[in-house]
Amino acid sequence: MESCLKVKVGAVLLPGDVFTFIKTDTISLTESLKDEKIICGPGLRRNGDDVVVCKSGVLRHKNPNLYWVDSQQRRYVPVKGESVIGIVTTKSGDVFKVDVGGSEQASLSYLAFEGATKRNRPNVQVGDLVYAQFLIANKDMEPELVCIDSSGRANGLGVFGAGGLLFKGSLGLVRRLLTPQNEILKDLEKLYPCELVLGMNGRLWVRAATVQKTLIVANLLESSENMSAQQRRTLFKRVADGNL
Amino acid sequence: SDLERSHGFNVTLREFGCEQCLLSRPDGSSSFIQGDTSVLAAVYGPAEVKVSKEIYDRATLEVVIQTKVGLPSVKERSQEQCVRETCEASLLSSLHPRSSLTLILQVLHNDGSLLSCFLNAACMAFMDAGLPMSCLFCGVTCAIASDGQVITDPTATQEKESRALLTFAIDSTEQKVLMSSTKGSFSVHELQECIAISQMASEKIFQFYRESVQRRYSKTL
Repeated sequence: MESCLKVKVGAVLLPGDVFTFIKTDTISLTESLKDEKIICGPGLRRNGDDVVVCKSGVLRHKNPNLYWVDSQQRRYVPVKGESVIGIVTTKSGDVFKVDVGGSEQASLSYLAFEGATKRNRPNVQVGDLVYAQFLIANKDMEPELVCIDSSGRANGLGVFGAGGLLFKGSLGLVRRLLTPQNEILKDLEKLYPCELVLGMNGRLWVRAATVQKTLIVANLLESSENMSAQQRRTLFKRVADGNL
Repeated sequence: SDLERSHGFNVTLREFGCEQCLLSRPDGSSSFIQGDTSVLAAVYGPAEVKVSKEIYDRATLEVVIQTKVGLPSVKERSQEQCVRETCEASLLSSLHPRSSLTLILQVLHNDGSLLSCFLNAACMAFMDAGLPMSCLFCGVTCAIASDGQVITDPTATQEKESRALLTFAIDSTEQKVLMSSTKGSFSVHELQECIAISQMASEKIFQFYRESVQRRYSKTL
């Protein structure tokens, strides 16, 4: 089965495509029998002995045995461990309700901030932006966010947002911007110095020196999703020359 | 194809056209064109659902059909149920319990085979939204003329002159019938013939889906 999956890496798959584990009746005398283990990522599901594709997209592979379907999506589904940008909607008792763009709002306990105790409450108001990580996120339970890591330190998580602009992109755009050494951010660095927060739920936050530069950076990021590398470089060059 | 010739069937479908991701607000959208019949589909989901409508172990699917002119009537309601039953059979709705999935179908032009065009547009929109599906589905309409000849993908004039109109939703894994909606009088033998013709036509439609999605992802590859 691994061989029939490897052949299709980089090909476009549709829901319903099946990869079957072919049981061979003959056992080779020279090769040792090895157990094939495949880790199915997003877009692939196990159905008995078969692997079935459930989303349309491109099949990707990471050594040694991880396979997943890279699809272009706009709607976010909470996943444990992902860092997202949320908007605080209500404060009820000991818990904040945060909108993360999923099918239900996530809860964020007021004790889940660095240095927060029952007497020392964090300064979070309704409408604030929080950069938080999912502690619990599955289809059966209400998602839960935290703004500290496992050792109790904030590590970049928490409330932020004064003076910047929040806008929405697709999930694929954020994933591209988060890959190390990606071209778009390298080109952006040469343009203006700016602060960027990327949430895996498709939300991006930008702050540059002036309001106009912030808007320019936001528009550049939004439009770079649908452009080829060449078109993007010419656009960035036009902005750098001051023609926009 | 060989299968068609051996059975003596002639499966001719009108020219297809399809585009995905054309609307910016919905999570998934598509437009499907069969000849002159054109439908626009938009999908929102998995999103928040009203407590009165939520189902504890599955997503709640709602289908809304908008005609070109006038308010939706009973005919649109029954078409909505046909589309909804097909989608429920192929979507993996148990992966998103207590969520809502909304499918909105807008008729841009109706020149026959409207229900199958709805089904095709719905399938492309679900794929565009990235909703998990166990299989693809497509719709095929057959019209039986008064002389017994079977016409696939009929135009509006061919539908009016036919004595029976049958629409089937076919799935991609086993070519089984997911839904059937029929009007008029026909024999059991004619019904089986139409099912066989629809299954052959569905292969062409699934091939077209594959090419459309490949074309869409070829930009980013």
